[in-house]
Amino acid sequence: MSISIEVLQKLFIAAVLAGTPLLLGTLGEILTEKSGNLNLGVEGMMFMGAIAGLAGAWYCEQWFGGAGLLATLFALLFSFLAGALGALFYAFLTISLRANQNVTGLTLTIFGTGFGKFFGELLGKRAGGYVKVSTETSACFAGLRIPLLSDLPVVGKLFFSYNFMVYLAIALALTLGWFFNRSRKGLNLRAVGEDPLSADTAGINVTRYRYLATVLGGGICGLAGMYMSMVNQKGIWVPECVTGYGWLAVALVIFATWSPLRALYCGLIFGGLTILRMYVPIRGLPTQIYDMLPFIATILVLIGTSVRQSKEHNQPQGCGLNYFREER
Amino acid sequence: MKKALVEHPSCEIRKQPFFHLTKRGQLTPWQSFYIHALALLGALTTGALLLLCLGYNPLLIYAGMLKGALGTATASRETVKMSVPLIFTGIGIALAFKMKFWNIGGEGQILMGGIAATGVLVYLPNLPYLLRMGTMAVAAICIGGLFGAIPAVFKTRWGTNETLFTLMLNYVALQLVRFLQYQASWQDPGTRFPKIFSFGAANTLPKLFGVHIGWVVALLTVVLASLYLKKSKHGYEIAVVGDSLNTARYAGMNVNKVQIRTLFISAGLCGLAGFFQVAGADGTLTESTAGGVGFTAITVAWLAKLKPSLMVAVAFFIAILQKGSVSIQSTYQIPASAADLLIGLLLFFMLGGEFFSNYKLMRRGASPSAASKEQNA
Repeated sequence: MSISIEVLQKLFIAAVLAGTPLLLGTLGEILTEKSGNLNLGVEGMMFMGAIAGLAGAWYCEQWFGGAGLLATLFALLFSFLAGALGALFYAFLTISLRANQNVTGLTLTIFGTGFGKFFGELLGKRAGGYVKVSTETSACFAGLRIPLLSDLPVVGKLFFSYNFMVYLAIALALTLGWFFNRSRKGLNLRAVGEDPLSADTAGINVTRYRYLATVLGGGICGLAGMYMSMVNQKGIWVPECVTGYGWLAVALVIFATWSPLRALYCGLIFGGLTILRMYVPIRGLPTQIYDMLPFIATILVLIGTSVRQSKEHNQPQGCGLNYFREER
Repeated sequence: MKKALVEHPSCEIRKQPFFHLTKRGQLTPWQSFYIHALALLGALTTGALLLLCLGYNPLLIYAGMLKGALGTATASRETVKMSVPLIFTGIGIALAFKMKFWNIGGEGQILMGGIAATGVLVYLPNLPYLLRMGTMAVAAICIGGLFGAIPAVFKTRWGTNETLFTLMLNYVALQLVRFLQYQASWQDPGTRFPKIFSFGAANTLPKLFGVHIGWVVALLTVVLASLYLKKSKHGYEIAVVGDSLNTARYAGMNVNKVQIRTLFISAGLCGLAGFFQVAGADGTLTESTAGGVGFTAITVAWLAKLKPSLMVAVAFFIAILQKGSVSIQSTYQIPASAADLLIGLLLFFMLGGEFFSNYKLMRRGASPSAASKEQNA
C-alpha cells in the first residue's frame, strides 16, 4: 500500500466535498443545541431539505424557465424553508406543547424521511420517470473557477476549486463561531441553553431564543440535505441520498464539542472517512466492512469523548430539558 | 399602584393573557380516549388535506388503504404478518424507553438476530428440527441482546451517548449483512449474485391460520411483558430507574445492572423479531429484513404509552397503514411511502395531544375555582 502525494491531494479534495454536508448539518445542530433543544431530527430535516431543494430547482425550471442561477437560488431558498418547517414542528411541540425532546426529534426523523421519499417518488412520477435538473443548474453546483486563485499550482486545486456551498459552509462556521463568543445575542443564546431559569430572570426571552435558534438551525440542516441531492447526486433524486448523514452530523456535534470552529476539521475528518475506501484501498479488507468505517469511528469518538469528559467543552447544561416558567 | 388594583379589579383581569394554562388532574378513561381520538382525527385530516392539495380524493385513498389491508383474507394475513415484528420490537423498545434509555438501534438488533438465526443454519445444519429452531431463536436473542447490552455498558460506565451508539450499530449490522451476502457458505448455492440462501420449508416455522406462528409468540410475549413490568421485581426496578436515578440508588438498587440487564432484554426482543422475520416471514436474510421496523416500532411503543397491552392494537393499526399504502401504490399512482408520512403526522399529533391531557387551556376571566375543581376530580 503506497500513498503518493497526488493521492493525498485527491483525498483531501474529496474529503472537503464529502465533509461539507456533514459540516452544515453539524452547524445547524450546534445552533439548535446551544439554545437547549436537542433536536434528533437532523436526518429528517436533511431529507426534507434534499427533496425541497431539488423540487424547488426543478419547478423553477419548468415554470419560469429559469435554469441556472435562478434555479440555484430556488434550491437554496426552498431547502432552507423545508428544514426550517421541520424544525418549526419540533419547536412547537417541545417548546409550546412541552413534548419530550428525544421522542419528538425521532418523530421528525421518521416524518422527514417519509416526506423526502414520498415527494421524491411523487416528483419522479410527475416528471415522467425520474427527476433531473438541467445541466445549467447542476453546473452552478459544480466547482468554481475563481480567476487567478484557481489557477495557482497545487494551492488553487486544494483550496479554490470547490462549489460555492463549501465556501458558504465555511463562512457560516466562522460566523457562528463569532456569534457564540463575541456577540451579545450569541451569549444570550448560550445562557438560554445553559440555564434557562437564570436567563429568564435576567430578562432574556427564553421562548423566542429557543424558537429562533431551532428554526434557523433546522434551515441550515435543510441546506445540508440540499447539498446531498444537488451536489452529491448532481440534481437527480436518489431515495437513499441522505441516509445516515444526518445521524453522523448529530454525532459530530459531540466530536466538535459544540464549537463551530472545531466542527470545521471534524467535518473534514469524517468527510474523509466516508470516501477513504475509494482512495486508499486496504488489501484483504472487504468493501462492505470498510464501509463501516465512519460509523465505527463515530462510536469510538463517542466513547473517547465520554471517557475524558471535560467540564469546559460539554453539552449545554439545559440541553434536552424543556423549560416551563411555572415549574421551578 | 397596588392600591389602584384593589380598587379596580377589572385592571387585574385586563393584565392577564387571553389564554392561560392550568394543570389537569388525572384524566378519566373517557377523557383520555377523547383526546387520543381527536389526535388521530387531526392526523388523518391533515393527511387528507395534503392528499387533496396533491390532487387526490382523500376519501377514496383512505378507503383503498383499508380495503388493501383488510379487504381479503390474504391481505389480512399479510397485515398480521407485518404487525408481528412491530409488536416484538415495540415491546423491546418500550422496556428501554421506560428507563429513559433511548435505544434506537432496533433496526440493527433485528438484523443481528436475523444473522444469528441464519448462522445457526450455516454452521449447525444437522440439528433436529425443534432443537434447530430453538437454537436459532436463542442465538437471535443473545446476539441481538448483545447489540443492546454493549452500548448500555458504555452508558453506565462512562455516560456514552446511547442514542447515537445504538444508532451507529444499525449501519454496522447492515454492512455485516451486505458482507455475508458475498460469503460462499451463506450465499445462495449455484449463484454468484449477492444473496443469502433461501431457508426452504424444512427450515422455516410452521403456520397457524395462514400466518407463521410468530404471532402466537408475540401475543404470549405481550402477556409476559405486562406481567414482567407490573408484577416482577425487575419491572419495579425499571420503573424506579426511569423516574429517578437517584431514588433508585438511594433505594439500594444496582442501577448499572438494571440498565444493562434491561437493555439486553430490550435488544434481545428485537433480535427475536429478526428470528421471526428470517425463519417465518421471509424465509431468508436480506438487507431489508428489518426494513424500517426498528424505527416504526418507536412510534408503536410511544403511541401505546409504552404499555405492552396496548401494543397489539397500535401495531396492527400501523400495519394497516403500511400494507394499505403498498396496495394503493398501484391503484392510485401514489407512493407507498405515504405510510411513513402518515405515521409521522400521527405521532406529531399524539405528542401534541399529550399536552392537552396534562394541561387545560383557560380563557381569560374563566373562574379559577372551575380549574381547581378539575384538579381535585
